[in-house]
Amino acid sequence: MNKKEKGLSVGARRAIAYVVLVFISILCLFWFYVLFINASRSNAELARGFTPIPSTNLLTNWINLSSGRAATVLPIWYGLFNSFLIAALSALFCTYFSTMTAYAIHVYDFKLRKFMFTFILMIMMIPTQVTALGFLQLIGKMKLEDSFIPLIVPSIAAPVTFFYMKQYMESALPLSLVEAARIDGSGEFRTFNSIVLPLMKPAIAVQAIFTFVTSWNNYFTPALIIKSDKKKTLPILIAQLRSTDWLNFDMGQVYMMIAFSILPVIVVYLVLSKFIVQGVAMGSVKG
Amino acid sequence: MKTAKSGKVVRYNKWGYIFLIPFIVVYLLFQFIPLVTTIYNSFYENYRSGLTQIGPNFVGLANYKTIFTNGDMMQYAKNTLIMWVLGFIPQIIVSLLLASWFSNPSLRLKGQRFFKTVIYLPNLIMASAFAMLFFTLFSDGGPINSILIQLGILSQPFKFFSSATSSRVLVAFMNFLMWFGNTTILLMAGMMGIDTSLFEAAEVDGATSTQVFFRITMPLLRPILIYVVITSLIGGLQMFDVPQILTNGTGEPMRSTMTLIMYLNKHLFSKNYGLGGALSVVLFIITAILSFAVYNFSNKQD
Repeated sequence: MNKKEKGLSVGARRAIAYVVLVFISILCLFWFYVLFINASRSNAELARGFTPIPSTNLLTNWINLSSGRAATVLPIWYGLFNSFLIAALSALFCTYFSTMTAYAIHVYDFKLRKFMFTFILMIMMIPTQVTALGFLQLIGKMKLEDSFIPLIVPSIAAPVTFFYMKQYMESALPLSLVEAARIDGSGEFRTFNSIVLPLMKPAIAVQAIFTFVTSWNNYFTPALIIKSDKKKTLPILIAQLRSTDWLNFDMGQVYMMIAFSILPVIVVYLVLSKFIVQGVAMGSVKG
Repeated sequence: MKTAKSGKVVRYNKWGYIFLIPFIVVYLLFQFIPLVTTIYNSFYENYRSGLTQIGPNFVGLANYKTIFTNGDMMQYAKNTLIMWVLGFIPQIIVSLLLASWFSNPSLRLKGQRFFKTVIYLPNLIMASAFAMLFFTLFSDGGPINSILIQLGILSQPFKFFSSATSSRVLVAFMNFLMWFGNTTILLMAGMMGIDTSLFEAAEVDGATSTQVFFRITMPLLRPILIYVVITSLIGGLQMFDVPQILTNGTGEPMRSTMTLIMYLNKHLFSKNYGLGGALSVVLFIITAILSFAVYNFSNKQD
């Protein structure tokens, strides 16, 4: 009846919402703006204090970082390659085998099905850090220290990705399709590879991005396993940069190094943001 | 139909086990065995003192007694909890506000996709690089101090990393920035699921938007809120990258930003497997209880 008197009008609430949203957006983007500005300034310019306008040393900083003396201290090309290789292979293994696990539980009616499903949900939240000690000892016994295998292969058992795939299958994979394939004489393994996988493409894409980014950003496990310089990933190089006597370092190069390690993810994100944001909402809420 | 072809069905169903083999083998090898050996280690004295290796000798529960009585673990648990709370309170408030705006059809906000993209961005940024960035930005001669001095707010640089409070606030602030977008999207998905006729009925009855929020949205959102709180707490217990890089692993000043996982990381590097094992088991039990709560809760929903 007279609700306009009791609460704010829609227009006023909308205005407040926009102001807050713009403020929050600035809060999110400001740091990256400063990073970009500072990556374009020389060490001497940086020492003089902050200016909001970019300078002209972007390329110089890049050359200094990627060739020069810094490249021997921080082998960024190796870092980039190693990070990319580990993240890409993890994403591949994780999505393929998680889809397979979800398929097993979704399609087949075997005795331990319910138990396995419950079990995987139960272990979903157990963080890798709490088993890191035993993991390290095992890697030592298997002579896999300083190797990429312990960073890639464990991604096959990924309960979170499994759960997402299972949810997706419930809406996108009718059992009649599997039946039809059987009648046409397709073997179970072939049905999975040539009928189910193509159907799951959207879900696989979303999970591949998440697994890639998680692996790309991972610092804890690689830092415990990788020893030799040429096998280090970008997060380890960042940590190394932090622990060097960085005050004597060319600050332009420090900013360039930070920009270099986060830029690939930002680019991928901006291209695929629509799917990523949808993917977060879809996978997390049960039912 | 099923019973008529039961011979065939059984023959197909063995494929369920076959397709589960990769998961089970990798899980047993890389997660289950490590868990068992971690627990096993926690009952042994096993560390290096200088060049001499001590143990492994069976010591029963002595490692647990040590970590609970020497005060370190309690101090680091306190740090972790303080930084989690400092980050989580603004996170849940901002997320609730944004989610209710985004999901409110009468507001018709434009540019939603842009805002959602922006607020989710920090979540995907490499935490170690983000921490390194904040370390340089907030350093004594860094851009933030430079800006604050230029604006006349400060007369001399504020040493952010010399005070326990400002160090903790910075860590909490970074956690807030990295996670509020994620929480917003979760809460929004929950709010979208609420029956819109409830809102319409409330509007007809003359409820204000504040009343609708507290009397309808919040109670119906409780399951998701609890899920968000517990999963965030589990995530908070794993806090590592940000304080590790920000403080170069020292947890300075005065061990005020040292988290439980940083402490575990120290034991792993110094190969003190006894104490490291006991600490891991304690963390495992806490997360197991918390995830059991989440599991029970989300199952009741169905």
